[in-house]
Amino acid sequence: MTTALGESDKEKTRSVSVDLNNDTALIIDIPDALCERDKVKFTVHTKTTLSSFQKPDFSVPRQHEDFIWLHDTLVETEEYAGLIIPPAPPKPDFESPREKMHKLGEGEATMTKEEYTKMKQELEAEYLAVFKKTVQVHEVFLQRLSSHPILSKDRNFHIFLEYDQDLTVRRKNAKEMFGGFFKNMVKTADEVIISGIKEVDDFFEQEKTFLLDYYSKIKDSTIKAEKMTRSHKNVADDYIHISATLSSISADDSTAIKKHFEKLADLFEKLRKVEGRVASDQELKLTELLRYYMRDIQAAKDLLYRRARALADYENSNKALDKARLKSRDIPQAEEQQQLCLQKFDKLSESGKRELTSFKGRRVVAFRKNLIEMAELEIKHAKNNVALLQGCIDLVKTH
Amino acid sequence: MATSSERTSPPPFPDSEDQDLAECEGVGDRVSDEDGDGEDLFLSASGPTMSDMDPALPTTMTNAPIEVLFEPPLDLMSSPIPETETKPAAAAPVKPLVEAVVETVAEPVAELVEEPLDEFDDLVDLSTDVPSVQATAAESPLVEAEAETPSEEACEDFVDLSESDSDSSQEETLLEAPADSAAASSDPQDVSTALPPGDVATGSAADEQPGALLEVDIGQASGNGEKQPLSDDLFFDPLANLADAGPPPTAAVKQPAPPQQQQQQHQLQQLQQQQQPPLDLFEDDPNDLFGESRHAKSAKQQQQQPPQPSSLFGEVDEDIFGEPLGAPAAKKAGNMASREQRETTVGTKTSGLGGGGGGAGFGDVGGPLNNNYEKEPADIFSEEAVTIAPTAAKAAAAASSSRTNGVHGASEEGDIFAEATVELSLDSPRADRKKNTTAAKPSTSATSLSSAATDLSKTHSASLEELEEEEQEDNFDVNISVTNPEKIGDGMNAYMAYKVSTQTTLAMFRTKTFTVRRRFSDFLGLYEKLTEKHAPNGFIVPPPPEKSIMGMTKVKVGKEDSSSGEFVERRRAALERYLQRVVCHPSLLQDPDVREFLEKEELPRAVSTQALSGAGFLKMLNKATDAVSKMTIKMNESDVWFEEKLQEVEAADQQFRKLHGMVESLVVHRKELSLNTACFSKSVAMLGSSEDNTALSRALSQLAEVEDKMEQLHQEQASCDSFSFAELIADYIRLLGSVRGSFDHRMKAWQRWQDAQTMLQKKRESEAKLLWANKPDKLQQAKDDIAEWEAKVTQYEGDFDRVSSTVRKEVVRFEKEKVKNFKRQIIKYLEAQLKAQQQLIKYWDAFLPEAKAIA
Repeated sequence: MTTALGESDKEKTRSVSVDLNNDTALIIDIPDALCERDKVKFTVHTKTTLSSFQKPDFSVPRQHEDFIWLHDTLVETEEYAGLIIPPAPPKPDFESPREKMHKLGEGEATMTKEEYTKMKQELEAEYLAVFKKTVQVHEVFLQRLSSHPILSKDRNFHIFLEYDQDLTVRRKNAKEMFGGFFKNMVKTADEVIISGIKEVDDFFEQEKTFLLDYYSKIKDSTIKAEKMTRSHKNVADDYIHISATLSSISADDSTAIKKHFEKLADLFEKLRKVEGRVASDQELKLTELLRYYMRDIQAAKDLLYRRARALADYENSNKALDKARLKSRDIPQAEEQQQLCLQKFDKLSESGKRELTSFKGRRVVAFRKNLIEMAELEIKHAKNNVALLQGCIDLVKTH
Repeated sequence: MATSSERTSPPPFPDSEDQDLAECEGVGDRVSDEDGDGEDLFLSASGPTMSDMDPALPTTMTNAPIEVLFEPPLDLMSSPIPETETKPAAAAPVKPLVEAVVETVAEPVAELVEEPLDEFDDLVDLSTDVPSVQATAAESPLVEAEAETPSEEACEDFVDLSESDSDSSQEETLLEAPADSAAASSDPQDVSTALPPGDVATGSAADEQPGALLEVDIGQASGNGEKQPLSDDLFFDPLANLADAGPPPTAAVKQPAPPQQQQQQHQLQQLQQQQQPPLDLFEDDPNDLFGESRHAKSAKQQQQQPPQPSSLFGEVDEDIFGEPLGAPAAKKAGNMASREQRETTVGTKTSGLGGGGGGAGFGDVGGPLNNNYEKEPADIFSEEAVTIAPTAAKAAAAASSSRTNGVHGASEEGDIFAEATVELSLDSPRADRKKNTTAAKPSTSATSLSSAATDLSKTHSASLEELEEEEQEDNFDVNISVTNPEKIGDGMNAYMAYKVSTQTTLAMFRTKTFTVRRRFSDFLGLYEKLTEKHAPNGFIVPPPPEKSIMGMTKVKVGKEDSSSGEFVERRRAALERYLQRVVCHPSLLQDPDVREFLEKEELPRAVSTQALSGAGFLKMLNKATDAVSKMTIKMNESDVWFEEKLQEVEAADQQFRKLHGMVESLVVHRKELSLNTACFSKSVAMLGSSEDNTALSRALSQLAEVEDKMEQLHQEQASCDSFSFAELIADYIRLLGSVRGSFDHRMKAWQRWQDAQTMLQKKRESEAKLLWANKPDKLQQAKDDIAEWEAKVTQYEGDFDRVSSTVRKEVVRFEKEKVKNFKRQIIKYLEAQLKAQQQLIKYWDAFLPEAKAIA
């Protein structure tokens, strides 16, 4: 399946979930994307006034894996340990609409042609929405980077933006995949170990409790919101079938009720569209917001982990220094080590604090924006529904 | 009761007829030697009467009818062909018992009875004058009863009669009599002209029993008088029927008489036995009599307590028995009368009261008769047994129609008749309709009253009922609500009982408001009765909700969860709509069973509705055979309208089923949505509590509240989808089933007509063969056959036309109701949706400032 995303679609999607300071020095967007089977090719477009770039305006093709590579290199860069690395965009997932499409094909016989066409349209719209969302999260990732004072200067980031050939990032092989998994395991175990270390800063102590708690809550909310929007979508889909059946009943009917059925079918068709919009707006404004912050909080948690790790290193180096002093051996080395760790830890703490504070502000602003938008959209759709229903009631009553 | 069960299983069909006939032939001038059969019958009939009449034996009295209740129907089922024979025979023993019961009832009401007696003094005075008139009056309904009877069995019955008659020595008289009677009844005002020939025919009849015969006639006339009110139009119908049926027999005078004439002959013989008096007295005043009986009718309708007809019997008995008891022949006739009256009293008995006095009178007569006139009564009796068959039919028909007058006294008896007279009471719907027009008049004037009443009832009605009531306000004065579903009993024997409250201004109900408790199977039982009676005529009987073993088991197990509560509520609403539909139907509203259902305190338990009962199995079997015959019947449809309608109905059925599935899945999804919204709401509330930004935390808990309300809205919408949309469709799927049923019945009527035509063709061919073979002895029989089948063809064709026109009318009515109903429900459904959306706007509007307040 090949889907091209037009330029026009991209206008409004900018910074849905994150509030980005619109620095005109480096503007990045993804105006176009192409989906070929499982691979999605994004066109990354950059507009810049920065002299570090060779041209002020350029576009490069990038794949999802390139984004992951960029993210991973950022995470692994020691310098950025004190920063919240923007979460990597999730892998494009077209499974759900594909599966539905498949099911629809199987159930074609049980539906009228009209019904089938409508269902297909609906699925295509759904597929397009998923596609758009995918593009959007990739774009937001880059925008987050570009708006970050430190990360925007990253060399790898610049390469990612500028290098006009395929990056041909090597896929992770099995060993590396396993390694990544193992690393995760170690990290989790390590987190448990270092959680025993006494926190020296109240701010981080609080942040840690908050983020852990918040993460579990927001994760739960995200799952629930997903379910809710999905069932809302189902309701909207039912309207299609009802509308189709009603119109075929009205076609067969010869009594005065024919007109009423016709109107009812019409109404259900219109209601369907509104309900569908309600569902997709909820998805976009609420579920996506929650999902994004779930991942962002994970990134913040990672920062905390790195800091905690640095703290543990510092404590260990302290112990090592004490030991060395006790044995009167390798004292300067230990001292050096201890100083290094302290330095690193202090630096981490400092930038971490800054990052977390700004993250908090960003989160509140994003929530505000999205909640307002959602409430407004809900009201708009409900008003639409009211108008439709009222119109239909009047029509039925007068006939 | 041994006797009754003995009689209910009659000897094989042709034999018994022959026997009866042999005796019946002898009645005119010779005394039959073999009185065994007749006497037996007599004894079995009157024996129990005597013993049971003794008020000291109340237990037997009360038990007897109940036993009877069960036995005859069973026998009927096991031997469907001799059904018609069984009926009179079975009915015969039952009646005395029934009578006895009623007598006890009658005693306390003695005062009541006395009063109206005066009214009939005139009538009694006239009794010497009017017999002839009454006789003819009685005759025509009798003829009518037969002519209208579509039951094939009944006709076959008479075929046999007429066949054996043809061999009899009395052929001449028999033949003349029917012809005359046909003429006579073709114009009741002219009986006097018709009578003389009758006289001639029965020169051999008994000379001196004017009084006794008077009694007979009055007995009939009074029975008739009772029936008449219900069937003013019936009274004219027979004429038309006779006119149709008349020509063949008169043309072929030598042929044995078709059934009607056979019957008329008996009537005429009785008439003729009276000799001259009728002739002279006829002029007196027939109208008086009719006026009288009509009077009785109106009085009955007004008072709703009909002792008049029964008192008529009482009066008649006293007078007549007082006079002619001395004459032996009088007793003979008296016995006949008593038989007849027993039949008719059954009719009146269902009217609640009375008849007891008559019963007592017969008891007295019966005694001496037994001693002194063994042979003669036996003879007459056997003749009567034949006569009675139709008379009983008439009486039963009268009974069933008289029961439409809102009678509550005797449901047991009523049931028997409902079983036994299904075919015979076919004409009653027409009578009902007639009555309906009279009933409609007060109702329209009382519309305002009823609307006030409906306002009252709204206080305890759920939202669903309100619409139902609006419908009622349109044009009906019966407002029914089904409320208070209540589980009675425990475990698997538990059942749901509902309160059925009726508010009405119709005069046919005793009071304006009344409430009864009914269990679910009672609703099904009502439907069974209604379909049995009305569906074969092409009526669309609204079906009740199906039995749901799943749903009910849940309720029985006693889990008070939401699904069982919803099930009960849904069923309650469905039952209410079902009853509303029944009473909205002008014909069904007149049905005695409907009124009984609405008014009577205790209803006999409907047994046949149980899925696993024997009756249920039988029903299944019937359905299977129906399905097979439906497949085999290939009807070349002559009427395009029906063809189109049937297709339309079938297509609609399919579409509605699909729609129902869709709406059900919408309900499921909506419930899911509601559930998920609830989860989300809780989750967001938790998230809000962990949020450290105060304003955002507040906004999130507000969002949680909004989502909580949304959950409620979704829940309400789901039940709205389910109750006002899915249920509406489910109702119509069921109704469409009934519509198809009425089409099927029409097809069956057509098939019967076609079969009769084929049969007629065959008979004609065999006649031609006989002609060719020159076998004059058998030719006569062939001609008889042809005449008989010609009559049948005409009758079945008439049936078919009638059913067709009924179906047509019903379908038109159905569609009209459908449009109305759907429109109303659609508006209601949409308004509920509208309300939900308006609420939604309100909720989000309230949330918006909270979101904006996040800083």
